[in-house]
Amino acid sequence: MLDFLKPPVETFQDFFLLSGRAMRNVFRSPHYPDDIFQQMDIIGVGSLPIVMLIGLFSGVVMTMQMARALEQYGAQGQVGQIVSIALVRELGPVLTAVLVAGRNASGMASELGSMKVTEQIDAMRALGTDPVQKLVTPRLIATSFVLPLLTIIADFIGLIGGGVIAFTLLHISGSQYWTAAWKALEYNDLVQGLIKPFFFAVVIALVGCYYGMRTTGGTQGVGRSTTKAVVVASVWIFVLTSMVTRIFLYYK
Amino acid sequence: MADSPVVRFEDVSLHFGSTPALDHISFEMSAGETRIVFGAAGSGKTTLLKTAMGLIRPDSGRVLLFGQDITDLREQDLFDIRSRVGILFQEGGLFDSLTIEENVAYPLLNQQVFKAEIAHRNGTENRSVADRVRESLSFVKLGQTLEKFPSELSGGMRRRVGIARALVTAPALLLYDSPTAGLDPITANTIIALILKQREERNTATILVTHRYLDGHLFANFRYNPSSGTLERASRIAGESGRVSTKFFVMKEGRLIFEGSEAELEASSDPYVRKFLRHGSS
Repeated sequence: MLDFLKPPVETFQDFFLLSGRAMRNVFRSPHYPDDIFQQMDIIGVGSLPIVMLIGLFSGVVMTMQMARALEQYGAQGQVGQIVSIALVRELGPVLTAVLVAGRNASGMASELGSMKVTEQIDAMRALGTDPVQKLVTPRLIATSFVLPLLTIIADFIGLIGGGVIAFTLLHISGSQYWTAAWKALEYNDLVQGLIKPFFFAVVIALVGCYYGMRTTGGTQGVGRSTTKAVVVASVWIFVLTSMVTRIFLYYK
Repeated sequence: MADSPVVRFEDVSLHFGSTPALDHISFEMSAGETRIVFGAAGSGKTTLLKTAMGLIRPDSGRVLLFGQDITDLREQDLFDIRSRVGILFQEGGLFDSLTIEENVAYPLLNQQVFKAEIAHRNGTENRSVADRVRESLSFVKLGQTLEKFPSELSGGMRRRVGIARALVTAPALLLYDSPTAGLDPITANTIIALILKQREERNTATILVTHRYLDGHLFANFRYNPSSGTLERASRIAGESGRVSTKFFVMKEGRLIFEGSEAELEASSDPYVRKFLRHGSS
């Protein structure tokens, strides 16, 4: 009667088994530093231009929209405060993570998926390498390391974008904008803004690798895995951000 | 130890969902023996090979490799025993991101047994690995492709690189998954000649999965002559002395429905078994 529950429960079980093995391997040899650095380059350096661009425009748009709302209360000068809180707490981490999910969770799923359907994963196991250690753990470490850094850059560029709009269109002085932006941030906001990308990174890497590793059905299967990886990772990013935000608000 | 079978399946069953992939399979083979496995697509041939080296775990039954029960071994503990097995995957299984040389060197550089052996020799390791890789690639007549990537080679060449990688560790058991599938007859025969040459030189236990009857026929009746470099019909005496010991398996929906010699195969009245004969002889 409850047969319909079997596939999702199995998926959860497999996902957590893979996650457990990938995390345990972080502390186990052999380590593959070359693969870790290669992934950092692909995920970090590769995503940098798009993350900067999106960061910039989110700051620009936020400033323009918020300034209009604040104008009604004559508080336009405080726009820096709202932009910095929104960017550092929420928009920076989430937008960066969604971008990296679209760019790299899909990349991981398609790369590992292609390896799976061409029996390269089986070949690894047959030739003395644990594919989780060689493929999943380096991606997990690399993403966990670079996503918080990318988020910091996106936040900063977003604040600069907001500052430019505040100065040029709203005629707010640079010092007023930056003082409002800086003073608005509390320790709690920074911690929240840096813990979130770390959780997102774990989800992006593990979901991307999980769907890649369980690919079946040839090239069509690779396409399906890639789509699923992006969708599932993006949904989890929004679920997690809600949960973390709730926890931080509770303990504030 | 010498007398213990190289591979032994004891009532092995495996299901993918509700579909049986292996259905109560039992057999054993000793050193120097060859098994040719015929079967339609999805009959469990590839699963049989992967189960034999512990890449897939059976639902029930036991698999023994070199006398050791591998059914419940942890992945980490399987690596040592797998290092004594060479496998050629149907899809080749070559690593796209590595050159041909790196692909063939992969098992030597990653399997703990060989890593320890290389470290023990101190200082000469690179030369030793490179020499073994070159030797293995020249065995399959691809000594000139070291720096190329798999995508730059033809299907037949990739299959030969796969053979070189399977042979580089001098394994005691070789598993070939459809080595001639999708290849033209000339390339297919070259590959079979290489596999026969390997069997002749090292007398390795071999399981060959194929859908070409001709492959099995060549294995059962021909041997490689190193002096002329060609295949020759093996003498009956050689066959009777056990030098060439080839048995045929036919699989259907996960079951082993036939096990016997070529003569028994040809005499079989089972219409499913006969399909493979007709396919090959037509």
